[in-house]
Amino acid sequence: MSVISYQEAGLQAVAEEMRRDERVWALGEDLGRGGVFGQYRGLVDEFGPERIADTPISEATIMGASVGAALVGTRPIVEMRFADFALCAVDEMVNQAAKARFMFGGQARVPMVIRQPSGMWRSSAAQHSQSLEAWYTHIPGLVVAAPYTPADNKGLLKSAIRCDDPVIYIEHKDNWTLEGEVPDDDDYLMPLGPARLAREGADLTVVTWSKMVGVAEQAAEQAAAKGIEIEIVDLRTLWPWDQEMVFASVARTKRLMVVHEAVQVGGFGAEIAATVAEHMAHVLVAPIRRLGAPRAPISYAKPLEDLLRITPDKILGMAQEQMWG
Amino acid sequence: MPNDAVYSSHNIDRDRLVDLYRTMRRIRAFEEAAEKASLNGQVGGAVHLSIGQEAVAAGVCANLRRTDQITTTHRGHGHCIAKGTDPGAMMLELFGKEGGTCGGKGGSMHIADFEVGMLGANGVVAAGIPIAVGAAHGAKLMGEDKVVVCFFGDGAINRGPFMEGLNWATVFKLPVLFVCEHNGFASTTHSDAVTGGGGANARAESLGLEAFDVDGNDVAAVDGLVGDLIPRIRGGAGPMFLSARTYRLKGHTSVDPALYRDQDYAAAQWNVDPLVRAANELHRLGLGDSDLSDIDSAAVGEMGRVAETAEAADTPALEHAFADIQDVGAPVWGSRS
Repeated sequence: MSVISYQEAGLQAVAEEMRRDERVWALGEDLGRGGVFGQYRGLVDEFGPERIADTPISEATIMGASVGAALVGTRPIVEMRFADFALCAVDEMVNQAAKARFMFGGQARVPMVIRQPSGMWRSSAAQHSQSLEAWYTHIPGLVVAAPYTPADNKGLLKSAIRCDDPVIYIEHKDNWTLEGEVPDDDDYLMPLGPARLAREGADLTVVTWSKMVGVAEQAAEQAAAKGIEIEIVDLRTLWPWDQEMVFASVARTKRLMVVHEAVQVGGFGAEIAATVAEHMAHVLVAPIRRLGAPRAPISYAKPLEDLLRITPDKILGMAQEQMWG
Repeated sequence: MPNDAVYSSHNIDRDRLVDLYRTMRRIRAFEEAAEKASLNGQVGGAVHLSIGQEAVAAGVCANLRRTDQITTTHRGHGHCIAKGTDPGAMMLELFGKEGGTCGGKGGSMHIADFEVGMLGANGVVAAGIPIAVGAAHGAKLMGEDKVVVCFFGDGAINRGPFMEGLNWATVFKLPVLFVCEHNGFASTTHSDAVTGGGGANARAESLGLEAFDVDGNDVAAVDGLVGDLIPRIRGGAGPMFLSARTYRLKGHTSVDPALYRDQDYAAAQWNVDPLVRAANELHRLGLGDSDLSDIDSAAVGEMGRVAETAEAADTPALEHAFADIQDVGAPVWGSRS
């Protein structure tokens, strides 16, 4: 075990997998200089500019060429720089990467990882702050991962690189400097699918992912001081999502809140809330609640940006409503 | 730049022209059978015919190895047949039947046959361009000796991936031959009316590619020119671009009567279509009428039989609707989500 950052954990995952399998390569803008967040720092020295490839600012072709390169047997790691920029490559993700295997009757696979740094970070305004993970959960063929801890960023990224399906890999930009214990083992893999019970608590289940796990943990500390024990399920992957762990937790607490940084309307929280309602309404002692952002573009000015931010206070407020009405 | 005068039919060996004619005739017969099946309701989805454009497919693919790869478009039956895909499996696919190239799950617009280097037709205009470029990039990374040919139409040159993909191929010096089949139409709109500047070749040259024009209805000219370009690309000369001027004798789809074009002009094009021209040349080279009609009837017979077989075949088992989607998080057959 070593204490390293979320960013370093991702870097380790890429380096280890590139050493292990020469078919793995990474491509995107500015990777030779370490990537925009330093998440590829130093890799070009070890692997050379062919496997850590600097590309033109051509998102559609970064994505589309990766589909072609994956179809012929390589395993590209696609860096989108900001999740917002992946929107320039939606055809290549949704119509090509996600569907090629199916449309071609299973003749080919598209093993690629699409890294999308997401979320609000340093007053980045409406085109550099979005959390769009819910869109991808809607597309058959895609796996969607959104790790919170540094250890998960290593273990899940390694699993994503070894996965034969296209994986949308959401890293929160506010997490890059988050530190935590990470196994040094080259074969440390976290399977895509199982969630993590981040905190035990008897009164209320909070299901969340990515940076919001940390926010929920702060809220849980404050809630404990008021006598409310919050259980936190860190979903880790959104598709597939761990229904078993969520159901088991809700069976114990009888209350569910779903929290995400993304816009609440049409967010993935709605899917979780609806699924729990369909299967477990009879055990619930309070209405299911969702906590996401208002349906407004993200502002630049800090006080305006903060209005859209999910905070421990908001979670605590909603928890109190669920407990005490 | 070489022009089609250099690569005229008069340079070609008779046996090679016979082979090219046979390929074109098989494509024509396949598509006429597909058209009939579409119009009588046996084939459900859209069928985009390349009738009149067969010389490009035949002339280009005759210069490729089995290990070379192609991507094609919604109008791609000809490229598939010319690259070696079994027309029987293709027809089963059009009919949505078991045993189709994609198990009946793709249809006409998504035929693929990786065994022969056919990396897939595509339902999105220009989407095959980045994929072809990436296949070449992958081959280069793995040190494989491969050329990738990317077929698209003149409608595709106004989409962003055209610019991005050509630039990418130049920057990474990839072994790609881009083939623009200039059939004059972007769906049902005259492509000239919606294309600014100097057109495909001017755009390609501006991005650093050598660009060539060829009479795309002269199969010997296409064959001769591509026969010179492929070894150069294979030898590391970088990507190249070919505009093949041809004419789409049918509408955008099998059910489009194409009334938006000059009907006299369109009718006259049947007299200069690539099969007529190749047949005339074969006559000049001494091939007898009966030899030609043997090729014709063999092709028509073959494609009639594959259509009959496709009609009689079974539809895919229902569980295939849930198969080959993904390994992680796949839907379970019979489940609601």
